[in-house]
Amino acid sequence: MNKDMKILIVDDFSTMRRIIKNLLRDLGFNNTSEADDGNTALPMLKSGDFDFLVTDWNMPGMQGIDLLKAVRADEKLASLPVLLVTAEAKKEQIVEAAQAGVNGYVVKPFNAATLKEKIEKIFERIEASQ
Amino acid sequence: MSFRESILSERCLEQARALVSSIERGEEDAAVDHLREISRINETQMFQELGRLTRELHDTLVGFGVDANISEMAEHDIPDARDRLAHVINVTDQAAHTTLTAVEEAIPVCEELENSASKIELQWKRFISRDLSADEFRELSREIGGHLEISSDRYSKIKEHLNSILMAQDFQDITGQIIRRVISLVQDVEDKLVGLIKLSGSLDDEEYKRNENRSARQGLEGPQVPGKESDTALKNQDEVDDLLSSLGF
Repeated sequence: MNKDMKILIVDDFSTMRRIIKNLLRDLGFNNTSEADDGNTALPMLKSGDFDFLVTDWNMPGMQGIDLLKAVRADEKLASLPVLLVTAEAKKEQIVEAAQAGVNGYVVKPFNAATLKEKIEKIFERIEASQ
Repeated sequence: MSFRESILSERCLEQARALVSSIERGEEDAAVDHLREISRINETQMFQELGRLTRELHDTLVGFGVDANISEMAEHDIPDARDRLAHVINVTDQAAHTTLTAVEEAIPVCEELENSASKIELQWKRFISRDLSADEFRELSREIGGHLEISSDRYSKIKEHLNSILMAQDFQDITGQIIRRVISLVQDVEDKLVGLIKLSGSLDDEEYKRNENRSARQGLEGPQVPGKESDTALKNQDEVDDLLSSLGF
């Protein structure tokens, strides 16, 4: 896993963005940017050669699931790994996210170990498939 | 105009006078006409009154519809909001305690390092000014060794505490989402109350415009609240992982 990879953190709560940013830094990832919803994130993704997207689901404006769908529908971004970190814990939603092509799903409240484990798993899979 | 007022009206009086004079003159047909006219005046008033009563009845029935919504809110939504807010108290309470505990545990570790460092610093200054005996120097180097030995362990302990303080801040996101929902409920209650006031006629339609799409973000539930979980909500990350692995993840 490349520790210099560029990560976009999307959440409408700035506290949660800071928490995720700090956890990622603790895991050795320092190259992070932030956006507060899908509408802000999508143009950043399109123009910013990001390697990994960590997004919340429930946000005003464009929601995380729609951002995921937009990413998968975009030729350039289609293979971008996406981790959903959300308080939405209903079965239907997890299935919907899986069908939309999410790479990992973390339910809030979560801990540092879970985040680390999911990120490692995502990149193990990607490396194994290459 | 009420029935009483209409019976005392100028038109009624006029017809009554004409009626009396017709009877006195023995004009039967004219007398009947005047009598009919008097009843007609009063019937008109009666129908108007009936119309007003019908309208009131209609408004009251519509009002009952609004009341039904309000009673549903009172029975279900308000207690639900109360439980959600109680959960907010629990979550913030936990976060505060986690933070305080981490601080309480980190401070003695800092003090230990601080004491050990200042003790060394004192002896080091004496060493620099060639004020230390050979024995004291051996003692100093043992202390430096000891300090370095505990340092990395103690610093990682402090870092652990700082991380738990960091993680404890996730309550803001969880409680923020819950409070937003309660705010939208309060807004709904306000709308219903305004609707009731409107019904009594003191607010007109133009003055009060309903905000569509108030319960925004339809379909999403936000954080699960203990005791209020959705039927299909998963309880924890393990259940999410199981579901995902059943889907081939």
